[in-house]
Amino acid sequence: MSAPQIERREFLKFSLAAGGGLLIGFSLPGADMFATAQAQSTTVFMPNAFLRIGTDDRVTVIVNHSEMGQGVYTALPMLLAEELDADWNKIGFESAPVDPKYNHPVFGMQITGGSSSVWSAFEQYRKAGAAARGMLIAAAAQQWNVNPATLRTDSGAVFDGTNRKLTYGQLAEAAAKLTPPAEVTLKDPKTFKLIGKPVKRLDTSEKINGKAVFGLDVKMPGMLTAVVARPPIFGATMKSFDDSRARTMPGVRKIAAVPSGVAVIADSFWQAKMAREALHVDWDDSAMRTFSTNQMMQQFREQAKSPGTNVRREGDPDAAFAQAAKKIEAVYEVPYLPHAMMEPLNCAVDLRADTCEIWTGTQFQTVDRANAAKIAGLPPERVQIHTTYLGGGFGRRANPQSDFVVEAVHVAKVAGAPVKVVWTREDDMQGGWYRPAFLHAIAGSIDSNGNPVSWRSRLVGQSIFAGTMFEAMMKGKEYDPASVEGVDDLPYAIPNLAVESHKADVKVPVQWWRSVGHSHTGFATECFIDELAVLAQKDPYQFRRALLPKHPRHLAVLDLAAQKAGWGKPLPKGRARGIAVHFAFESYNAQVAEVSVDDGKIRVHRIVSAVDCGRYVNPGIIAAQLEGGAIFGASAALFQEFTFENGRLQQTNFHTFPMMRMNECPEIETHIVENNEKSGGIGEPGVPCTAPAIANAVFAATGKRIRKLPIRMTEAV
Amino acid sequence: MLSFIVNKQRVNLDVDPSTPLLWVLRENLGLTGTKYGCGMAQCGACTVHLNGEAVRSCVAPVSRAAGKEVTTIEGLSPDLSHPLQRAWIAEDVPQCGYCQSGQLMSAAVLLREKPQPTDEDIDEAMTGNICRCGTYPRIRKAIHRAAGMMTKGEAR
Repeated sequence: MSAPQIERREFLKFSLAAGGGLLIGFSLPGADMFATAQAQSTTVFMPNAFLRIGTDDRVTVIVNHSEMGQGVYTALPMLLAEELDADWNKIGFESAPVDPKYNHPVFGMQITGGSSSVWSAFEQYRKAGAAARGMLIAAAAQQWNVNPATLRTDSGAVFDGTNRKLTYGQLAEAAAKLTPPAEVTLKDPKTFKLIGKPVKRLDTSEKINGKAVFGLDVKMPGMLTAVVARPPIFGATMKSFDDSRARTMPGVRKIAAVPSGVAVIADSFWQAKMAREALHVDWDDSAMRTFSTNQMMQQFREQAKSPGTNVRREGDPDAAFAQAAKKIEAVYEVPYLPHAMMEPLNCAVDLRADTCEIWTGTQFQTVDRANAAKIAGLPPERVQIHTTYLGGGFGRRANPQSDFVVEAVHVAKVAGAPVKVVWTREDDMQGGWYRPAFLHAIAGSIDSNGNPVSWRSRLVGQSIFAGTMFEAMMKGKEYDPASVEGVDDLPYAIPNLAVESHKADVKVPVQWWRSVGHSHTGFATECFIDELAVLAQKDPYQFRRALLPKHPRHLAVLDLAAQKAGWGKPLPKGRARGIAVHFAFESYNAQVAEVSVDDGKIRVHRIVSAVDCGRYVNPGIIAAQLEGGAIFGASAALFQEFTFENGRLQQTNFHTFPMMRMNECPEIETHIVENNEKSGGIGEPGVPCTAPAIANAVFAATGKRIRKLPIRMTEAV
Repeated sequence: MLSFIVNKQRVNLDVDPSTPLLWVLRENLGLTGTKYGCGMAQCGACTVHLNGEAVRSCVAPVSRAAGKEVTTIEGLSPDLSHPLQRAWIAEDVPQCGYCQSGQLMSAAVLLREKPQPTDEDIDEAMTGNICRCGTYPRIRKAIHRAAGMMTKGEAR
């Protein structure tokens, strides 16, 4: 590449040719909707942390959750706009800075996770909108010298009985002088105009014209780009490195050791990557150099032969099993899985003597700021995180150690200039923090009438919480709740039931992955209940129904999915259906998958997914999350695994870690149960049922049981 | 000095000709709508048009663009008026949005070649583009919708 000054000249020339402005600076999510500078100049009314109203009638909603595809930049503004009686066409959004004001009201920190954004914001954002509306009405009442109780609001304006009108923009200055009300009255849900409607997403325009700014798109004046050479095996450390060739390469500014490896800092990404390839690093041996997942799973199988820590116990499952008429034992296995967001990890840092500004797509602002502050040697208040769009998250961008943020601050300390650390796809996949591999050994039995009498699940796998700042969430328990969620609350009426957990002492970094423990407990439990149904010679759907008398919401989604899928109706030759139901993140989901198996190859033709997530905000977004959840689950069921040999990960990129693609994608139908229950989650609940529904359908089609993911017919039993 | 056209503007650049077109677009020209996903032509996030053909810019050396015309997502339309963009809005296609530039650029070539694509045509043209969020069903609907708009003469 050319010297930096020429690059800059070219850069400037192009930017002028393109009309200017295009390349200078960047803007955060939503800014494309109306120029930020202009919006700010007209902003006069900011009644609370969650909105601003300008004299131009624009309402900007400040969103305290990260937009990673799940639609919070639409759903949260809908909540606020509903109570504000705003004109939806004048609504914009912005990502919140890090500030305790924006903490998750339940989790006590700024975080996007646990499928909790909408339910946690449900009252928070409505109250913010209602408070602003009250002040705007009071301002109009003052201006007209009338009783505020005689006024009404609609589409961004206050009206009196004679239809005199003042827009929110016209009232903004006067409203700003008033004191926010101590208490607000929220609307009767029957009068909702936006909540519950399939309102179009606000972020679509900038995601289809190239203007949406993701972390990778961040550019600052004088910014350098770094890649880091990280150890090839977890736990290895850098012994020495030889950069004699790399440091002479074009554009290279600095090569330096950082705690996670060796940072190669250059004018551009490609220069940094080329130089990293020319770098020679000697890594210290790691205890994991002989690690293999085959051996690990063998060890898990051994562990499962002995009793584990008691998680749940009712009756005497061992005695009942010994005496039962018919019994079955099965071992289910799932592999390590990466989140594999389409946007690989990255983080840009501008570190100064007394401030540290960070631009990145993160799900974990409070934790990241605290961790970054320690490295920067600054108080947390001197560190600001600007949350960009996230090119997918799925849990990876909420890292308990803030790995990608902390590393970038370390790199910034040696760079001496604003710097963006970019992870290649291979870096991202090999960088750790996977869904843990798990084994479920299940023993179950039925009586002579085909009624289940016992169920014992033994789980073996790594804890996500142990050893992190979230260990406290284990509440002194001997097991990790994130390991057993979804089996510890098995809903089926079975008189003798045990759930036991074994810890796995493995050093692969593991983390929450879309649907966390449910991603494997849903698979194991819903496949095993299917095996029991077949043992009892009963229809798998009816068998489940009979065991759910105390779980009407499970039943409702099960019935809805079965009915919409045409359960029991004839199918074209070679096709069969499988069913699954699961409760996760306060929502209920059931899915029916329709598959055929031809020459060992599985084709999923159709998935019908029914959800009960209580009171919902945007049914369009719910449908999208169910579609995406099923595809995410199907990718894991059919194609995906991470395996290790000699400590080295065997998969590196999409050619060895395949994703479901357009030509493999089934038709997906989604249905929502209508009720007024408390809102549940939607980002994750659509994932757990897909793998068992497919696996059960494969059994129905072939008579072969799937007990290991990803599904391989050669391993079916 | 390399010279080529990007979104109807001529650019002259002094860059290492082996640099992938993707990084020249993103870093030298500031056109960050084109995304990096895999670096080995596996995911399609970096799809742009080179003389009207869909290419994976992450593996195309910038020298391949010399004297040619490149169109990126920023050049698909100046105002979201391309039938595909209108259909993408109507079907609420994007979730995280990261892969969508590549999806649109692949779909644009498909629609030009086959104004009335079948599902099989869509499979063939779009299978090189990965979406981790799982927007495929909506992409399929949106392509059909855009084809419908073009038939009705709503195209610009």
